Amino acid sequence: MSIISVKDLVKTYNKGRTKAVDNLSFDVERGEIFGLIGPDGAGKTSIFRMLTTLILADSGTATIDGMDVVKDFKKIRQHIGYMPGQFSLYQDMTVEENLAFFATVFNTTIEENYHLVKDIYEQIKPFKDRRSGKLSGGMKQKLALCCALIHAPLVLFLDEPTTGVDPVSRKEFWEMLQKLKHDFKLTIIVSTPYMDEAVQCDRIALIQNGRFLTIDSPDGIIDKYRETLWAIRSNQMHRLLNDLRQTPGVLTASGFGETHHVTVDPSVLTQESLKNSLAALGHTEIEVTAIRPTIEDCFMDLQS
Amino acid sequence: MDNHVVIKAEGLTKKFGDFTATDHISFEVHRGEIFGFLGANGAGKTTAMRMLCGLSRPSEGNAIVAGFDVKDHYEDVKRHIGYMSQKFSLYDDLTVEENLKLFGGIYGMPRKKVAEMITALLKDLGFESERKTMVRSLPLGWKQKLAFSLSIFHEPQIVFLDEPTGGVDPVTRRQFWELIYKAADRGITVFVTTHYMDEAEYCDRVSIMVDGKIRALDTPDNLKKQFGGESMYDVFYALARGAKRGD
Repeated sequence: MSIISVKDLVKTYNKGRTKAVDNLSFDVERGEIFGLIGPDGAGKTSIFRMLTTLILADSGTATIDGMDVVKDFKKIRQHIGYMPGQFSLYQDMTVEENLAFFATVFNTTIEENYHLVKDIYEQIKPFKDRRSGKLSGGMKQKLALCCALIHAPLVLFLDEPTTGVDPVSRKEFWEMLQKLKHDFKLTIIVSTPYMDEAVQCDRIALIQNGRFLTIDSPDGIIDKYRETLWAIRSNQMHRLLNDLRQTPGVLTASGFGETHHVTVDPSVLTQESLKNSLAALGHTEIEVTAIRPTIEDCFMDLQS
Repeated sequence: MDNHVVIKAEGLTKKFGDFTATDHISFEVHRGEIFGFLGANGAGKTTAMRMLCGLSRPSEGNAIVAGFDVKDHYEDVKRHIGYMSQKFSLYDDLTVEENLKLFGGIYGMPRKKVAEMITALLKDLGFESERKTMVRSLPLGWKQKLAFSLSIFHEPQIVFLDEPTGGVDPVTRRQFWELIYKAADRGITVFVTTHYMDEAEYCDRVSIMVDGKIRALDTPDNLKKQFGGESMYDVFYALARGAKRGD
């Protein structure tokens, strides 16, 4: 049985005018990292708040390990760990006091479950007597993760843990999550606006405007992509984008860092013919390569 | 882009007690340049940017921004720059037009000119139908595009963008960069921070701060050659991995 089972979940705001979560159903399996991936305002936080029993759905049902989010909300709260997008620990308590407090609230002790947080807590232990409000962003994040873990939850809910975090720290955070999954078979549901983090998850839902664009493993989503996709570069990258858009047979052209990604109609264009027409427009150092799409390519394709 | 220098920082430093947040940074930015200001969390970017915008005074060193020094003439600096952050940008409970009028008024622009510019701007963005719409009911992507247009509405020489694309969808993120290019083509200098490494590739030059200092500054291509990486992510990773500070 799936550890999380969501059926036809709906959440509206402003007396029904804003549909935040629009009839969503999904399951999360035991021991997997499940990602909700999409921009701000897509409905990610509303889903988290309904699953963590903090707000009520307009309609639909959700269960966590068989417990209903409405009927069994008290029981659910004992068995989940939740790290909200905003830092929500007690800022005027020290690092150690926060951790002890969360353990006590859940009727346990730091010692009892220390194995779960050890790797992460040791990194902030030198600052255990510092007030949590005075910690750096990275340390706050680690402490919040420890506090969400200290009662040995069945499921860990992480709402945008990496938003606004630099790429190096993001990578380190994901290494911590992978280790939790590997060492303790913990089920983790995580949301992020960063498409490149999709590959860290076992399965993902791409979400926009309260609806799922698709749910599958990252590779499964990529395998379903049907467009012909090329990565292209030349000596004049900015002009290249406009020139590509004017080229017959080019369906879409988008900047992707060091290359532009272009979807084409292969019955109109070959790589050679495209190279030739770009060369005729004055581009040099032209490179055209067929590529496997990224999740961001898939998101853009499904979004349109 | 031309050789006219619009930002010149010399030994710019900010200390908080015995902590040096920004540590003697020096660099120049040219007119019409898209300048990427990168760094790990806690590297001192925000502190540096606040000084460059005239919001905080340097402890040591100085910077000339749009012709005024940030130490003594910070009010002039503020008048001649634009600023947009991810968090605050527009008044939710004013309409699109009211927001534009308000900013025009704050910057002392003549009313008639403001009215003409609003019409031109809304046409350019394809927002004409949203003139009387409350900003709160606009989709996030529209808000971000409008916020950017607002930040350059008074035609500043320089616009500072602090993570302008955080949390926006992939299509809007790219449309946003096209607005940045357009502004740069008009001669507006764009000073931008981002955590998206693909966006670093779109900058003319990029600086990377680590522990309060600028550790690298060059074009994306040159940085990749210098640090032997295939992408700006590799360059960033090579530099920021050894950072001692978190934010």
